[in-house]
Amino acid sequence: MKLITAIIQPDKLDEVREALVKQEITRITVSRVTGRGQSIEEDIYRGQEVALDLIPKVRVDIACNDAFVDIICETILKTAKHNDGKVGDGKIFITNLEECIRIRTGERGGKAI
Amino acid sequence: MKKKLLLIMLIMGCLVLFSRLAFAQEGPVSDSGITAWMLTSTALVLLMIPGLAMFYGGLVRTKNVLGTMLHSYGALAIIGVIWAVCGYGMSFGHNVLGGWFGWDPKLFLLKGIDGSIMEAGVPEYVFAMFQGKFAIITPALIAGAFAERVRFKSYCIFIALWSLFVYNPLCHWVWASDGFLFNMGANGAIDYAGGTVVHISSGISALVVALYLGSRRGYPKIAMHPNNLVMTLTGAGLLWVGWFGFNAGSSINSNLDTARALTVTQAAASAGAVMWMLIEGFQHKKVTSLGVASGILAGLVVITPAAGVVQVDGALILGCVASLISFTAIQIKNKLGYDDTLDVFGIHGVAGIVGALGLTFFIRPEWMATAAEKVGGTWTALQQFGVQATAVGITMLYVAVMTFIIVVIVEKCIGFRIAEKDEMRGLDHSLHGEHGYGLTNLN
Repeated sequence: MKLITAIIQPDKLDEVREALVKQEITRITVSRVTGRGQSIEEDIYRGQEVALDLIPKVRVDIACNDAFVDIICETILKTAKHNDGKVGDGKIFITNLEECIRIRTGERGGKAI
Repeated sequence: MKKKLLLIMLIMGCLVLFSRLAFAQEGPVSDSGITAWMLTSTALVLLMIPGLAMFYGGLVRTKNVLGTMLHSYGALAIIGVIWAVCGYGMSFGHNVLGGWFGWDPKLFLLKGIDGSIMEAGVPEYVFAMFQGKFAIITPALIAGAFAERVRFKSYCIFIALWSLFVYNPLCHWVWASDGFLFNMGANGAIDYAGGTVVHISSGISALVVALYLGSRRGYPKIAMHPNNLVMTLTGAGLLWVGWFGFNAGSSINSNLDTARALTVTQAAASAGAVMWMLIEGFQHKKVTSLGVASGILAGLVVITPAAGVVQVDGALILGCVASLISFTAIQIKNKLGYDDTLDVFGIHGVAGIVGALGLTFFIRPEWMATAAEKVGGTWTALQQFGVQATAVGITMLYVAVMTFIIVVIVEKCIGFRIAEKDEMRGLDHSLHGEHGYGLTNLN
């Protein structure tokens, strides 16, 4: 089992989700996060341009069985990119998932995902 | 011949001078009580604009909250200027171009009313500013239909053109003493505080623009949740408070008529809210806060044209009927799938039409007697219904055609609809370089 964590641009969330749903990957966790990578975003405050210290991003977490890792990553790569790719499009982190337990039933492992 | 003409002109000149002198001596004086209430009413209607900004602002998604609120404040800024420059003149001047709108050179920049006190006992400045608030809120209402998907610059141009070519002529027809709807039938088409001028016109325009510009990206497949219903409820409350100025102030007086308008406004708004609660209670077993707010609005809209002529029984019935029909209209919209984002047509358009037509059946006998006297015979509710229906029909047709022309011009010349990537990022950052909620940034 793997945990896929993608940090993407907020405006790409809809597209990413639509594409994932098309691949029948519907169980995901999404959160609003802020962070700092290479990209810079500026707001305007009374005529002055102010670079945001931490930029709003969206974090998508998907826990999946190994067979799904490639299709999920491909889908995110395809849809989260702005045109030919832009600084700030985000990253995907993949980590090993030791265990997964469904609270309602107590099921464990791949079945519980 | 020339001498005769000169003589006539001289006499006329003397007459004008004399009448002016006489006017200066015996002109109306301002009544401090009425003026104070009209000043209060003006401020109350002004309060409806931030109220509307909050109402609409809370209903859109987080990324569009500032852009949506700015639509209301933008109208406050732009129409505030237009009204003082020429809007008041176009609305309340004398008929020009066959009565299309009004004009009086004296009203340009409000120069001619600097010393003017109206027959009602109110300085004309107060009346002009009171009416100006109606001109401001009307285009701001339309903005709800195309929320979350238009460019700010194009919106500004759209409302400026709309105010000049739709609002001002319509206001002139309905409320100016020589407007043709004001004089239709026995005692005029009844529109006490803006059922046709404000609500039907904004509702129909909303429908036209929403249909022309198309849906937001992803609508209706993707759920689009309100970002802050607390703000929406606060806004609805401010609208209700402001509406007392809107309706009771439209008596341009401070007397029995004012009290009547105020009472039926309260009754209709409450009845609208109760009805919406009942409908939702039956349908979902739960009453929603947005439902209550919508019911309040439907009740307030429906009583707007009727506040001067109906009594409490009529107000309660109209409030209930408005909620019922508005609710149904929104269900139908959901089935049809067009994107009137904040249901401007569903509430303002529909409840406005219900009010303008429905009031006929609850008119105070006193008013009917006056109408019969004016026509020198009898005047029936059915005849008045004919007048109301004609006024509503003319309004709908004129507004739909003119709005369509304006929206096509704006879309073709500068582009009304926002680029897709900016729509996805949200108006706040892409158009205004800001974020509505500091909380999204941890610092």
